Parts: sequence; structure tokens; C-alpha cells
Amino acid sequence: MTGPAGPTGPTGLDAHLIVERGDAFRLDVRLTAAPGEVVALLGPNGAGKTTALRALAGLTPLTGGHLVLDGLSLDGTPPENRPVGVVFQDYLLFPHLSALDNIAFGPRCHGVPKDRARAEAAGWLKRMGLDDHADAKPRKLSGGQAQRVALARALATHPRLLLLDEPLAALDARTRLDVRAQLRRHLADFEAVAVLVTHDPLDAMVLADRLVVIEDGRTVQEGAPADIARHPRTDYIAQLVGLNLYRGEAVGHTVRIAGGGPEITAADALTGPAFAAFPPSAVTLHRDRPTGSSARNLWSAEVAGLESHGDQIRVSLSGELPLAADLTTAATAELGLHPGAPVWATVKAAQVRAYPA
Amino acid sequence: MTEPVLVAGRKQPRQRRRSPVPLPLLLPALLGMAFLVLPLAGLLIRTPWSELPHQLTSPGVWQALRLSLIAATCATAVCLVLGVPLAWLLARTEFPGRGLVRALVTLPLVLPPVVGGVALLLALGRNGIVGRWLDEAFGVTLPFTTAGVVVAEAFVAMPFLVISVEGTLRAADPRYEEAAMTLGASRFTAFRRVTLPLIAPGIAAGSVLAWARALGEFGATITFAGNFPGRTQTMPLAVYLALQSDPAAAIALSLVLLLVSIAVLAGLRDRWMTAP
Repeated sequence: MTGPAGPTGPTGLDAHLIVERGDAFRLDVRLTAAPGEVVALLGPNGAGKTTALRALAGLTPLTGGHLVLDGLSLDGTPPENRPVGVVFQDYLLFPHLSALDNIAFGPRCHGVPKDRARAEAAGWLKRMGLDDHADAKPRKLSGGQAQRVALARALATHPRLLLLDEPLAALDARTRLDVRAQLRRHLADFEAVAVLVTHDPLDAMVLADRLVVIEDGRTVQEGAPADIARHPRTDYIAQLVGLNLYRGEAVGHTVRIAGGGPEITAADALTGPAFAAFPPSAVTLHRDRPTGSSARNLWSAEVAGLESHGDQIRVSLSGELPLAADLTTAATAELGLHPGAPVWATVKAAQVRAYPA
Repeated sequence: MTEPVLVAGRKQPRQRRRSPVPLPLLLPALLGMAFLVLPLAGLLIRTPWSELPHQLTSPGVWQALRLSLIAATCATAVCLVLGVPLAWLLARTEFPGRGLVRALVTLPLVLPPVVGGVALLLALGRNGIVGRWLDEAFGVTLPFTTAGVVVAEAFVAMPFLVISVEGTLRAADPRYEEAAMTLGASRFTAFRRVTLPLIAPGIAAGSVLAWARALGEFGATITFAGNFPGRTQTMPLAVYLALQSDPAAAIALSLVLLLVSIAVLAGLRDRWMTAP
């Protein structure tokens, strides 16, 4: 939109972030993203996620590598001159300014006259459904409202790179579902690059088009959320993203998978676009079609691959519903599983969670 | 079954609170209290109340009070303009010798004010290292002028403001400044529009402390600025002088300063010190 674009137009993000600190920590992560793409940096605490985000924002200087956004090198550019917006983990809304003035702050710093900045901010509040809270100070806002104001404040400067640091971590479980769904819609509308940092695999898989898993300052795996869930390359990732996740349309307890896929029966009831998710450990495999099983979800599948992680074996299945199942080594041997073997997979409805998308 | 236990558990501290305070603590505590209150009581008891209206309306008193208030306020303004940026530098930046700078900045807190006055004379006096240059280049002389009073008071009062503001700055989350910078604010804009409003209570408290200290300043003022009525004679100087010639006037002047101090303390307690 109005953000600066390099001579080649918006080409997205091309970064090789190297940050060395005195305490022997070294971050070395390559990160590329096309405009419109949402990339999640996923990893345990201390992996270097926040350092990577601060380096992208210019708050922590790079000690090596490069940072190019839309063809422009940002390395050495101070944070105030970068077309980058940040949603901080605890939002950091300025406590002395109203919601409206918090959002108008960025445009004001970019030289927009006061009246126009406030009018733009009012537009953002309306888009976020917060028209009634324009004059509210941050301490009067609920967690979900503060999150939306923080997002609007970051977007109001029309950044070419939006950074979100644990955007849902400060919210309680109930609010989290709604805010996650709203955030997903806002990110889908965002035309530039978005990078979000999270330690929650569900947030990452729901919000991001692509995951970059980092551990000890290094990328250990990168790819689409479903691919990573089905083919984790390390034990850590297997535990981290042990989740089968599907998008579809929900009616009551039933979620019909997008693209004419099968139905999944979930524990939660809702209506409209939804995610259905269950852990690989919830999947039971059978060689023959089970007859006496009480499980509501039954799909035929074919073993696509077997990978061992600790004392578990993750079975990757293709078929009407691609999914991952975790079995013990003994159970795998008993079933005689091998690539290409036909199996039946069952999942109890009680172990399937459904979320609004 | 658990309830009686709970009740008993609650009763115990209550009984302990009722038990008598040990004498070795109570006696010195009461003596200490008397020691602090007695002189003030003496001042009130010996105040010549019937003469008071006459004393307080004398032009000399008003002259000294007016000069005191103006000088203390100007000194506080100087402290604010120079002290807040200094506090920011100490709290928010890293530079070699920062510890030494902080020690030097806070030195006037513990330095005897008379020594401060002598030091000011040597630096800013007519033959001082900077004062000579000020005199020659601009024709500005500070010693024994009202401006000199302001300088002496600011010298003594500034550490109070710097310490107070630096403490508030350290307690304030520096990430607000970072958030402002990611929104396009320069470091100065971030300071002006975000940090300054956030630390306003600390600045206000520091200003009041500095102002009170400047108002009561005696040693550095009399050494550097002298004791000329109407020009450099502030209230504390007037009190000291009056005590030798006209004790009733000294008492009246002291009473005025006491009232101002109480007003400051009340303002501090209500507005800043009990604030969350």
C-alpha cells in the first residue's frame, strides 16, 4: 500500500539473522517469506524466537547475515525508520494514552496531521469492532480488546513486515479462541509479510501458512504445518507439533472437511468455519474394520511412513483423511505395519477439539 | 473439624498484638518522638501570637519570603531542565565511567553546603575558572546576586531530583520506548511523548523534594551569594540574622517556613507518596 517498496516492488522478506551474544548464545536463522505469507517461528523458551523478532524490528542489532525487505536492505536502519510493525507479547499499549491515541501514535510519528491521524485511528477501531472504546485507557480494556488495539496500532503505520510476539499468550483460554479466529482473519487480509513467534503449536498451525521450528538458535525444520506434524524430523518437534489439524465447516458436533473430505465428529459443538484437531496419540489403528468400537470417527487409510521418536512410532497415514498416529513399538509390531499396509483408524469424538476458524 | 483450628489460628496473632511493647523499645521510641516534636512545639509555644500579625506584615519578612519562593522555584526549574535529561542518561544509556558520574552527581547530597558554596565561588566566582570567562565574555557575574542564589540552591537541590527521576525511570519499563520506536518515533520523540508522561509522578515528587531543599538552603547560599536584604537574603538567612537582633521576628519567620514545609509534606503524601 503506502509502505516503501524497493526498485523490484514488493518481493517480501529475505533474511539471514545472525545475532551473537556475550553469553555464548548464537542465533543463526534464515527466514524468507512472500508478501501475504504468514510465517510462524515456533520453538521452546530460550530458543531465540524473541531475539529473531527483535532483530527483524531493529531493536537488537545483527552481528552478521543480512535483512532485505521488498528489495531494500534494512540492516543498520534504526527501528523508527523500518517499515515494520510489532505487536508485543504484553501489547505495551501506552498507559497514558486512550485506545484511539495509541493507534494514532504511529501515523503522528510519520508526520500525519493530528486530525487525520485520529480519523485513521477511528477507522481502525471500527474495523476492530472497538468504536465504543475510543476514549478508554488501556487498563480499562479486556485482554482481547487490548490485543486488537495493539494489532491496530501496529497496522496503522502500514508496515511491510508485521511482527507478532506470542500474540495470544496473555489471554485466558476462553478469550483465546475468539481472538485467535479474529487474528486469523486480520492476518489473511494483511497483504505484506507477517512473522509470528509462539511456543504454542496450535496457534502456529492455525495462524501460519508456514512454520519455522527453531531450537538453540537454529532452524531444525521448516515447512507447511501439516507436513511438519506428519513428518517431524526431531523428537522435540514430534512432541511439539503432535497434532492433526483440519479445516472445514461445522454443524453441531460434526466438522465436514473442506474440499469434499470426510466428516469428523468433535467434542465441541459450533456452527460455521472451524478447525478440528486431535493428537496423534488419540488415533487407534486396526488391521480389520472394527465392529464393536464405540469410536465415532472411523476412516480407512494406508500407511505412508513410519518414524520412531523415543519409545513411540509416528505412523503417517494417507487416504480419505491424511493423519498422523502415535503407537508404541510393540503395537506397531503386533499390527505388522509397513508402508503400503491398509489399516482402519478410529478416534473417539471426546478427543477431538473443534475451534472456530 | 477444621474450623475451630482455624479460629484458634486467627486468634493467636491478635493476642500477640495486644501483648505489651517491651520497655527497651518503647522508651527510646517515645524519647525519639519527643526529640523530634519538642522543638516544633517550642516554636509554637514561644510564638508571640499577639505580635504575629505585625511581624508578618513587615516588609522585610515579605521581601525575604518572596525572594525565597522565587529563587527556590527558579532553582527547581533549572534542576528540571538539566536534571531530567541527566537522570535519563544515567538510567537509559551505557557509557564508560557511568558509576563515577552518578557518584559525582549525588555528591552534593552529602557534601556540607558551605563546602558547596566555596566550590561554587572557586568555579563561578569573579576569579573562578568559569566565572572569569563569564565575566569577560558576557559581563555576567553570579556571586552575590539573586541569580547566584538560584545557582547555589540548584547545586544543592539537583541531586534530589536526579535520584528521584532516575529511580522512577529504572522502574519504568524501557520496552515502552522500544514500542514507540517501532511505531516510527525517534528516541527523543519516544522520550517526550511516552517516557515523560509515564514518569511524571516521579518528576513531580522529585521537584517537590528539590524545591523544599532549595527553600531551606543556607550554607551554600550565604557563602556564594552573601546576605543582602532584597537581593540574596532568603528566609533561612533572614531567620538566622533576626535571631541575633529580634528573636520575635526570627520566630515569626520560622513559623512561616514551618507552615510551608507542612504544606509541602501534605502535598507529597496525598498526591505522590501514597500513589500506587
